[in-house]
Formats: sequence, structure tokens, C-alpha cells
Amino acid sequence: MTRAIFGTTMAFHIIFATMGVGLPLMILLVELLFWRTRDRDYEIMAKRWTKAQAILLGVAIPSGTIAGVQLSLLWPGFMEIVGKVISLPFQIEIFAFFVEALFMSIYVYAAHRLSRNMRLLSLFMVLLGATASAILITNVHAFEGTPTGFRMVDGQIVDVDPWKAFFNPSFFVTAGHVTVSAYMTGAFIVAGVAAWKMLRAEKGSRVYLYHQKALLTGLIVGGTFSLLTALNGHESAQLLHKYQPEKLAAAEGLFETQAYAPLAIGGFTDPETKEVKYAIEIPWALSFLAANRFDEVVVGLDDFPKELWPPLYVHTLFNGMVIIGSLLIFVGFIGFAWKKLLKRSQFPRWVLWVFVASGPLALLGIEFGWIFACTGRQPWVVYRVMKTVDAATQAAGISTLFWIFLSVYVFFAIVTLLVFRSYFGRHPLELDPPEQPKVDGGTA
Amino acid sequence: MTDTIIAITLLWIFVVIYSVAASFDFGAGFWSMIYLNREKTKATQIANRYLSPSWEVVNVFIVLIVVALVTFFPGATYTLASLLLVPGCLVVLLILIRSTFMVFSHLIYKYDKMLSIVSGVTGILVPALLISVLPVTQGGLSRTINGVEYLDWGLFLTSPHVYSFIGLAISSTLYLSSLLLADYSFVAGEKQAFAVYRRDAVLLGPITLLAALVTVLTMQIEAKWLYDRILDYLPWLIASAVCFFISYISLMLPQDRRYFGIHLPRIAVIVATTQYLLASYAYGAARLPYIVYPQVTIESSFTHPDTFHALFICYMVGFAILVPGFIYFWRLFMRDEQYVRQK
Ligand code: HDD
Ligand code: HEM
Ligand code: HEM
Repeated sequence: MTRAIFGTTMAFHIIFATMGVGLPLMILLVELLFWRTRDRDYEIMAKRWTKAQAILLGVAIPSGTIAGVQLSLLWPGFMEIVGKVISLPFQIEIFAFFVEALFMSIYVYAAHRLSRNMRLLSLFMVLLGATASAILITNVHAFEGTPTGFRMVDGQIVDVDPWKAFFNPSFFVTAGHVTVSAYMTGAFIVAGVAAWKMLRAEKGSRVYLYHQKALLTGLIVGGTFSLLTALNGHESAQLLHKYQPEKLAAAEGLFETQAYAPLAIGGFTDPETKEVKYAIEIPWALSFLAANRFDEVVVGLDDFPKELWPPLYVHTLFNGMVIIGSLLIFVGFIGFAWKKLLKRSQFPRWVLWVFVASGPLALLGIEFGWIFACTGRQPWVVYRVMKTVDAATQAAGISTLFWIFLSVYVFFAIVTLLVFRSYFGRHPLELDPPEQPKVDGGTA
Repeated sequence: MTDTIIAITLLWIFVVIYSVAASFDFGAGFWSMIYLNREKTKATQIANRYLSPSWEVVNVFIVLIVVALVTFFPGATYTLASLLLVPGCLVVLLILIRSTFMVFSHLIYKYDKMLSIVSGVTGILVPALLISVLPVTQGGLSRTINGVEYLDWGLFLTSPHVYSFIGLAISSTLYLSSLLLADYSFVAGEKQAFAVYRRDAVLLGPITLLAALVTVLTMQIEAKWLYDRILDYLPWLIASAVCFFISYISLMLPQDRRYFGIHLPRIAVIVATTQYLLASYAYGAARLPYIVYPQVTIESSFTHPDTFHALFICYMVGFAILVPGFIYFWRLFMRDEQYVRQK
């Protein structure tokens, strides 16, 4: 039950947090585009996206606060290790939050009083703060998978080296994966919304062209980062092969330890027959994925006692993430090719629908990825050091709390959507607005 | 000073900064709700002008406190987690509702009244619940079952001490924030709003004092050990009371005078903040070394010394880098005439 509460909290927070990391990059890019091209459309984009960011942060920050408090309340056993060994990232993250919060307020409420360079600088600081907070929290997650910097002797934590724990083996790769996938998600969300608006606008009109600019920016950035995500994901998989072989085996539904291992795509892992049913198998590919060579021996689940197996459905989650990733690289490329290589000026409607889907798909990929990463580590909360059950709080009454939290999240998800609709419905796109900038007061 | 004392002092500083900043923040939200329908006085706009840029920054402090507590004193998490599970979860839920609705109320004109009412009310409940951490960790309100400590709700809900703390939290929140907003509207040149907030502060001052007295009295009954110790810090408490009277008197004087080049409403805010600093020092020092009375002390729960040193260095470096950011922020929103007056 503790897991259910924490899992839903994270699943909720992560949606807003990921967009909160990705969107500042897009805002910064269009501000830069504006100053370069002097095309006012980009300035309007920056303004409107900033409003969206403000709404998102209104949910991201308190839900993150919940995550942080719950982490301490629900997993006191885990937090004891965290407190003694891996507290640095948590603590530095606070500073990242401060940076983001300070400069976000400055950019939102004082933009019209700032010089151009200060505006760009504060946006950059927002991006820096958001990215740093993602990287730092991911560091704790990386530590859970590849704990270093301490030893457990008879339940006591000894030989603590906080910096060694900080720079644990999977830190850089994992943090990189989270960062680029967040940038990619932000970009595809922007592209998706723009495509949706294009579907509803008159072809070739001013509004249509405005959204097309947003769409192309989103697709190009998204496509680039999805390529990076995949490349880096490949490295993440190799790390699993090296440090958490049973996780990779579960992800691929591999039971027998073997060289020239095949890669299974799709299907469901069946623990009875020890095979992945209804899957397409690509011979040798898994060995290649794991170590860039076909004769690599990949460890299978049979080498581990059954009670240490991760849940087998992680295969589906992993597949989901990888398929979405590959698809999105392709989507980004279509957009680019259509415009720049084929020099067509308009997209057919069905292509636009594909673009619309890209935003939600990217978010789905994030969710798949996290749930895979967290459940794939089970039954451990800190790999081969502490079991999840030993980390949980003993307090009673957890299940009531779960339902309360769940309903509050559902409620807020709906309210947030309504707010988006209502706000942007009442503030329709006004192209070529009057020159005089509106003074945004506290109640704007 | 030993490492543990340094750690608890840092933590204490964070807690005090948060409690003052959060009083301003939650209180301002409450006032902005109360004066919603009195558009002429601008009292709501003044509150919102202060709130809009500041709530995010204030919110980071509560995360800072949780993180500092867990990272400095990981040994305390087990007990604290099971004692505070329900109040803690309620607090964060209330914060979620409050902050989100506050942001939304600025964006959605159709429902802005309803949204501000919800956020104003939940905002004032947050300090009320947060402060219950203090009586709970003073001991005497828990039950132990199978070696796990639980909060005894029966005792909790019937304890006069808990209620007096809650009263103290609410009245202080409102008192401090009305003082601050009086100052803010004075600087903004909004005469009517100033009169409104000054009147509120004048009303609330004696109530806060009364709540503080009742809290000390109920402490004598329910947490005798702490009462005895806090008496050792009597001079601090007296100094705190003196501060209260100074700031209260400066509210009464004709407001257009200046002392030491500072206008009077500002003096009232500064002295009242000092009052709270002194009182919380006395409380904090009297509590040492207990985090949860009587079983968790700062020594028994302290983190690994190497980790502490690394953390400490990071705090110093981090704040050294951040302080210019805070100053810039403060000048943009608290001092900038153009922003505060906002024609
Ligand atoms: C839209 C997002 C997205 C996309 C397209 C991908 N990933 Fe991913 N992946 C994530 C979003 C993500 C994530 C949400 O950011 C995770 C969860 C935990 C983490 O560190 O990053 C993750 C984790 C994650 C892990 C587990 C790391 C661990 O357990 O510590 C592996 C092995 C991969 N990814 C591999 C890939 C591969 C080979 C991809 C090929 C295209 C891929 N990912 C695309
Ligand atoms: C990066 C920071 C994260 C950290 C430090 C972290 C840590 C943890 C911890 C301590 C647990 C409880 C023990 C366990 O069941 O393993 C857990 C479980 C879980 N987390 Fe994460 N998590 C992180 C991110 C996420 C995200 C972003 C998601 C979102 C989708 C997520 C989804 C889950 C789920 C679903 C569980 C329950 C797993 C289960 O019981 O099977 N986590 N995580
Ligand atoms: C990879 C996963 C995560 C990402 C990308 C992420 C990112 C973010 C971002 C961008 C914010 C807004 C920061 C601000 O504006 O101040 C935020 C807030 C927050 N997050 Fe997450 N987060 C993640 C996972 C987690 C986890 C696992 C926890 C808890 C342990 C957590 C705790 C928090 C807290 C406490 C806040 C509120 C900070 C504040 O008060 O400003 N986050 N997160």
C-alpha cells in the first residue's frame, strides 16, 4: 500500500515535472529566435508558453513537495540510508529549486522591467534550475540501482563516502537519459498542441502559419532529442547488463543465460513456459544491445532465485518505452523532411494527427520508463542492500490515505485541464497585438 | 560547538525563516480573500501583489526543512514518520490545494472568488496543522504498539495544549501578515488599504499575546519537563514581550514620522519579527537535545560525520551563490517603487 501511494504520487508529479523541465527550453529557444529574427510571433509564443509554464508549476511544485514529504513519511528505512549516505543530491537540489523559483518569478512578474539580456539570463537560470533538479533527484534514483560509497555491516552503515555515492556508476548515463527525454517531451508537447490548433485553423491563414512555426520548432527540437534519448537509452541498457543483470533479463523476458541472445519485441512473458509469448524475436540483437558484440553472454533470470525476480510485466513497459522512442525519432524526421527536403508548405491532415499524438505519446514514454525503472528494481529499494518491505513505514491507516491522495490527484488533473481550456479560451491568440506592452500586475 | 549543535542550529534557522516567511505568505492569502469584495480599498490587490512572486520561494523552504531534518538526523525519520504520517500528509495536501487554487484564481476570472476563498481558507489551516508538530514531538501524545509509536488521536484531539498552539499559530500568522501588509501598502501609498491592515494588526496584537500566554500555561500541565526548562530562558521571553510592546506602540503612534530614517510601519514589522526570533530561540534551546521527547535526541539520530561535513560545505557554498539572487529578487519586488505602487 505504501508503494501504491508513493507510486501514484510520483506518476502524478512526474507529468508536471517533466513538462516543467522541457518547456523552459522551448521558451528560451523561441525568445532567442525572436531576438534573432525579430519575428513577433516568437515573442507571442514565449509569452503564451510562459503562462502555460506558470500553470504547470502551480501543480508541479506542491506535488513535488508532497513527493518529498511522502518519501520521508512512507520510506523511513530508505531515508535513513539516504540521510547517511546519499543526502548530497537532495540537498543541492534545494538550491536548484531556489534558483528556478526565484528566476521564474522574476521572468513572469518582471519581464517588462528587464533588459533583453536579463530576460534571457533569467530564462536560462529557470532552465538550469529545472534541469539541475531533475538531474539531482535522478541521482538518488541512480544510487538505488548502483549503490556505492558505503558498506553495510550487521545492519550498520559504515565507511561512508558521500561523494563516491554521489558519483555512483550509473549517475551520468541515467541523468543524461532523464534530461534529454524531458527536453524531448517538452518539445513534442508543444508540437502536439500546435498541430491540434492547425487542424482547427483555416489553412494558410495567419493563425495557421503561427502554429506552423511552433510546430516546426517543436518537431526539430523533439526529433533531435529523441535521437539522443535513444542513443543514451542504449547506454542505460548496457549499464543494466553490467550492474543489474536480472533487471535487463526481466525487461527482455530472457530466462536462459546465453551468448547470441535474441531480442524479444512485444508479447507477454510467461513464467511457466519460460518464454515470451506472441513476441517477434530478433536473433543476436540483445547481445549486441548489451555490449555492442554478438557473442556477449547475457545473464538470464534462471540464474537468480525466483523470489528476487522483478515482476515480469516490466517487459511490456520496457517495450512500450523503446517503441515510443523509435516512433518519435521517425515523427521528428517526417516533419523536418516534409518541410525542408520536400519543400512542401502544408501537411496533410493525417500527418497533423500523428503530430498531435506525439505529445501524449512522449508523456506515456516517460511514465513507462519510470515505472519500469522503479518496479524493475523490485524487490530491492536499494539494490542488494535493502528490500522495499524493510524500508516502509509501519504506521497504520495507509489505505485510507491512498484513496484520499488518489482522488485529490484525479481532481487536480481535471481542474488543471479545465484551467488550461478556460485560460487559453478566454485569451485567444492575438496576432500583431498593439505595441504597448500590457503591464502584468500581480493579478494578471 | 559540536557538529550536532551546528546541525540543529542550521535547522533551527531554516525553521524560523520559514515560519516568519510562511506567516507572511499564508496570512497574505487569507487577507486577500477577506477583502475580496471591498474593491475600493485595494486591500486584496496589495496582498496579491506581495503574494504572486513570493509563494514559490517560500514553498522551497518547507522542502528545505524536511530535507535538512532527514539528512542531518536520519535516525529520527522512523519515529517522526509514524507519528506524523497523518498530519504530515494532510499538511501537504492542503498546501497543494492552496497553492494550486491560488495560481488558478489569478488566471480564471469567472471563478476567481471561489478559488481565492478555497485557497485563503486552506492557507490558514496549514500553519494550524504544521504547528501541531511541536506538541506532538514534546511527548505524551503517543501510544506504542508492537514497538511502533503511533499518534494517539484521542489524546491529541482533547489536549488543550494542542489547541493553544493552534490558536497561537493562527493569530501569529494573521498578526504578522497584517503588519507586513500595512507596511507594504504604506510604501505603495494606498491609504485605505493601510488603514485596514493597521486596524487588523491592532486588533490581533493582544490576541496573539494571550495565545502565547495560554500556550505557556498549558505547557505547564502537559509538558512539565519543557516548562521547567523554558523558565531558564525567562530573560529571552521577557525580551520578546518587550519587543511586542515596542512594535505595538509604534503602530499606535502617528504614522508619518520616521525614526532612524525608517518609517514607522517598517519598524513595527522588524521589531515584531525580532520578537518571534527571541521567543523561538527560547523554545528551541529549552527543547534541546530532544527531537522527539523522550527517545530521540540530536545525538542519537545524527548522520554520519563525513556526510555532515560534505553537507555543511554544500550549504555554505550554495547560500553564498544564492544570496545575490535573493537580494536581486527582494529589490525587484519589495523595494522597487514601480512594482509596489503599480499605477
Ligand atoms: C519519452 C521518454 C523515453 C524514451 C523515448 C526512452 N526512454 Fe528510456 N527511460 C525514460 C524515458 C524514455 C525515463 C523516464 O526517463 C527513464 C526512467 C528512469 C530513468 O532513469 O529514465 C528511462 C529508463 C530507461 C532504462 C532503465 C534505467 C534504469 O533502470 O536505471 C533503460 C535501460 C532505458 N531507459 C533504455 C531506453 C532505450 C533503449 C530507449 C530507446 C529508444 C529509451 N529508453 C527510450
Ligand atoms: C527520481 C526519483 C525517484 C526516486 C528516488 C524513486 C524512489 C522510489 C522508492 C524509494 C520507491 C519505493 C520502494 C520501491 O517500491 O521501490 C519507489 C517506488 C515506485 N516508484 Fe519511484 N522513485 C523515483 C521516481 C519515480 C517516478 C518518476 C515514477 C513515476 C512514474 C516512479 C514510480 C514508482 C512506482 C510506480 C513505485 C512503486 C513500485 C512498486 O511497488 O512496484 N518513481 N520509487
Ligand atoms: C526525474 C524525476 C523528477 C523530475 C524531472 C523532477 C523535476 C521537478 C521540477 C522541475 C520541479 C519544480 C521545481 C521548482 O520550480 O521549484 C519539481 C518540484 C519538486 N520535486 Fe520533483 N522531479 C522529479 C522527481 C522527484 C522526486 C522523486 C521527488 C521526491 C523525492 C521530487 C521532489 C520535488 C519537490 C519536493 C519539489 C518542490 C520543490 C519546490 O518547493 O519548489 N521530485 N520537481
